[in-house]
Amino acid sequence: MPDIRFRLNGVETNIDADPDVSLLTLLRGQLGMTGSHFGCGAGECGACNVIVGDHAVTACDTPLWSVADKDVTTIEGLGDAQKPHPLQRAFIAEQALQCGYCVSGILMSAAALLKQNPNPTGSEVRAALDRNLCRCGSHNRMVRAVLRAAAEMQAR
Amino acid sequence: MTDTVPSPSAPKLLQSLAANPILSSWIRILPEGHVTVSPGKVEIGQGIVTALAQIAADELDVELARVQMVRASTAGSPNEGVTSGSLSVQQSGRAIRQACAEIRQIFLAAAADRLGVGTDVLDIVDGIISGPGNISTSYWELAGEVSLDRHATPGTVPKASARRSVAGNSVQRLDIRDKVFAHPRFIQDSPLPGMLHGRVLRPELSGAALVELKEDGARKIAGLIAIVRDGNFAGVVSENEAGAELAVTALRKGAAWSSRETLPDEDGMAEWLKAQPAELTVIASKRASARPEKTRTIRRQYSRPYLAHGSIAPSCAMAQWNGDRVRVWTHSQGVYLLRADLALVLKIPAENITVEHMEGAGCYGHNAADDVALDAVLLAKATGGRPVRVQWSRADEMSHAPFGAAMTIEIEADLDARDEIVDWRHSIWGNGHTARPGRADLPALLAATELAKPFPRTIATNPAQANGGGADRNSVPLYDFPSWQIESHRLTTMPIRTSALRTLGAQGNVFAIESFLDELAAERGEDPVVFRLRHLSDQRAQDVIRAVAKRAKWKPARRDGTGYGLGFARYKNTGAYCAAVAEVEGTDDIRVKRLTIAVDVGEAINPDGVINQIEGGAIQATSWVLKERVRFDHSRITSNSWSEYPILRFSEVPDVQVEVMSRPDIEPVGAGEAAHGPVTAAIANAVFDALGLRVRHLPITRERLIAAMELAS
Repeated sequence: MPDIRFRLNGVETNIDADPDVSLLTLLRGQLGMTGSHFGCGAGECGACNVIVGDHAVTACDTPLWSVADKDVTTIEGLGDAQKPHPLQRAFIAEQALQCGYCVSGILMSAAALLKQNPNPTGSEVRAALDRNLCRCGSHNRMVRAVLRAAAEMQAR
Repeated sequence: MTDTVPSPSAPKLLQSLAANPILSSWIRILPEGHVTVSPGKVEIGQGIVTALAQIAADELDVELARVQMVRASTAGSPNEGVTSGSLSVQQSGRAIRQACAEIRQIFLAAAADRLGVGTDVLDIVDGIISGPGNISTSYWELAGEVSLDRHATPGTVPKASARRSVAGNSVQRLDIRDKVFAHPRFIQDSPLPGMLHGRVLRPELSGAALVELKEDGARKIAGLIAIVRDGNFAGVVSENEAGAELAVTALRKGAAWSSRETLPDEDGMAEWLKAQPAELTVIASKRASARPEKTRTIRRQYSRPYLAHGSIAPSCAMAQWNGDRVRVWTHSQGVYLLRADLALVLKIPAENITVEHMEGAGCYGHNAADDVALDAVLLAKATGGRPVRVQWSRADEMSHAPFGAAMTIEIEADLDARDEIVDWRHSIWGNGHTARPGRADLPALLAATELAKPFPRTIATNPAQANGGGADRNSVPLYDFPSWQIESHRLTTMPIRTSALRTLGAQGNVFAIESFLDELAAERGEDPVVFRLRHLSDQRAQDVIRAVAKRAKWKPARRDGTGYGLGFARYKNTGAYCAAVAEVEGTDDIRVKRLTIAVDVGEAINPDGVINQIEGGAIQATSWVLKERVRFDHSRITSNSWSEYPILRFSEVPDVQVEVMSRPDIEPVGAGEAAHGPVTAAIANAVFDALGLRVRHLPITRERLIAAMELAS
C-alpha cells in the first residue's frame, strides 16, 4: 500500500494504509484517536467533523487519499485541559452540552468558522453549525459558547 | 449539634433504600479522603451524576471534589431498575440524601465517642469533625473503624433546605470537561485490550427471514475471525472495525431474505390504529353528582406518528466470555434488567453475567442499547474469550430499534347552554409504550426473536398508572371538569416495533387536551390563559401559567404571519409543572421563533441543569412537532437515514427562555420530560393563532397545513 503523508495536528504523519479508507476509520482505528465520533457514516450528522486546511469536513466520507499533503486538525489537536482552545473554555463556561456525543464535531465546525470569520453574528454561527446535528437540544447554549469564544479571542 | 429529630409518624425507608438497604452499597468513606457514591441510576446526558454528587456532598458536609461517582454495575451497585421517567432525582437522589444523612449521624456518634464529647457540640466541615477546644477528627480518620455494612434505618431527617450549600447551586457538571477535551468516556471510545469488532446483518425488510447466506465473500476479507449464524441472526467478527464493516457488506451481498410481514398504510395510521385488535382499559372515570345539562357535544381527533429516538451515536456494546461467565459493557438504562433478559436468552444464571454501564450518547428512551448488548454477547461466543465491540449501523438504528408509538386520540366534550364543559371523554388508540427488557419471563431483545429457536416478539404494554401510565400518561385532565371518562385501547398486534420514548404517551395526550381546550376557549371567545386558570384549583399549576404569561407578556399583539399559543401540563400529573408559550411565524413552513417556559420541579438541585433539560426537551419537542415522522411502505421502514428522517437544525432552533420557580422546600422531581407536552401544544395553538388553522395531526408540516386548510374551507 502506498504511503500517504499529511500533517495531523501539526505533526508530519506518514501512513501506510489503503488510500480509499475513510479518514475517520484511520483516525479511530489505526491511530487510536477516538475523539472524532462515528454518527452516520454518510456525512449527514457532523459528529466526525475535523478541519482539513481551513474547512470543517465530515471525516467519515473523506477518503484518506484526499488529505494527502494537507493539514488535518482533530479535536485532539484543538486544545487540551492544560492548554484549552477558547471554544473549549467557552463550552465549559456555558455548560453547552447534554450528552456531548456531537460536541467534538461541533467544536471543529466552530473552530473552522472562527478561522474564517473571527467575529461572527449569531446567525452566522447557526449557519456554520447547520450541518451538525444535536439531538439533546443544546443548540442555543452552543451558539452562545461560540460567540463567547469569539469575543474572548477578539479581546486578546 | 444534631439533625435527628423524632419523626411524627412511623417512618419508612424510601423505595430505593428499602430495595437496597445496605448503606455501603450506596456510600463508602475512604481513608484517603474521598467519598464514593454508587447510584443505581446512570448518566444519559441529563447530568444526573452531578446532581447526585451535589446531594451527597451537601448532606455529608464534604467538598464536591471529594465525591467520586461509581458507574452502575451488576457487580455491586444498588438495583434501581431503569433510569427513566424523570425519576432519578426523585428515587436515587432522595435515597442518597437519606443514606448520607444517616451516615453523617453514624460518623458524628463515632467522633463523639473518640473525642469524649456529645454529638451536639460537634460540627463537620469538609469531612473534618471538630468541637470546642480545637478537638477534632475526620471521616477519613474514622473510616477504618466505622462500618457502613449495615442496614439503613428510617427516621434520620436530612438537612433543612436553608442549610444546604451545594444542592440548589448551578455547579459545573462533572462530565463536561472530559467531553469537551475528548477524553474517552463514551463506550464507543473505550477499547478493551485485545478487542475485536463485530457487526450484525439485519434485513431491510421488516421481520424478514434469512433464507440463504453465502459466506464466501465475507470469508475473503482480511482480518475475519468468525461468521456467526443462528437462524435469522447473522454477524461477523473481525480483527478491526474496517474489516468488520467490509465483511458485513460482503455478507449482505450473499444474503437472501423472504418477507413475512406487511406494514400498515402510513397515511391512514390514525384510522388503522382504531381498527386493530386491542385491549381496553378504563383509565379514570368521574361522575358528577348532578346530572349535567348538556346542550351540545364537540368531538375532535388528534394523532401523532411513530417517532424515532434518533440518538446521534449508533448503539454499541462490548462483551467478553470467560468459560460460562460473560461480562458486558453497555449504555443500557438498566443494567440489572438487561442482565435478566440476557440470562433468559443464554439460559445461564444471572449471577454468571456481569453488566456494567458506560456512557453512551443521549438515548431519550429505550433505543437499541439493550439489543446491541445481546448482539455482542452472541458474537463474542465465537472468539475464544476475546472481547468484541459491536456497533449498529445508522440505518439499523433508524429502522430496527424500537420507536415511540403512534397514537390516535379522540376527545369529546359536552357543553352546557353557557358553553361550559360538563363532561369530558378521552380515548386513546395505539401500541403500548414500553417493551423494555427485564420485566417479563420472555426476553425483549431483538436478536432473541431471530435465533433458530426464537423467542416471540414482545408486544409492547403500558406501565401501570401508579407508575405514571404509558399511552395514558397525562390523559387524566388536571382541570376541574365535573365528570370524565378516560379510556385506552392498547393494540395486541405490533407490526412496527414500539417501546419507551421520552414522555411515553404524555406528549400526545397533552397535545390533544391542550389543543382541544384552546379550541373550546376560542369557541367561547375567552382568553386561553384565563380559561385554564378558571379550571385549575392547583396553586402550583396556576403559578407556572401566570409566570409564563407574565414573562411572555401574554398576549402580545399579533402581527401578520405570527401567532402565540399556550400549553400546560404537570408531567405524569405527579411530577414537574410546566407551562409554555410559543411564538411562531410563517405561512407555508412554520418556524418557531421563541419558546417561553416556566417550570416547577420542587427543589432544583442544579438549577442550570434543570434549565438545560427544559431547553433541550423544548427543542426536541419542536423537532418532533415540525419535522418528525417515521416513514414506511408496506414492506420496510424507509426513514433509515438523517436525510429521510430530518430533525431540527441550528438555523431552525427557537430562542428558549426558561424560568425555574423557586421551591426549595418541596421534594425534587425530574425535569427531563416536563417540556415536551406543553411545548407541542403551545406550538399547535400558536399555529392556529397565526393562520386560523387547527392542525390536529402531527407533524405540522406544509402538507398538513394544506390538508387543514382544505378541511377548513
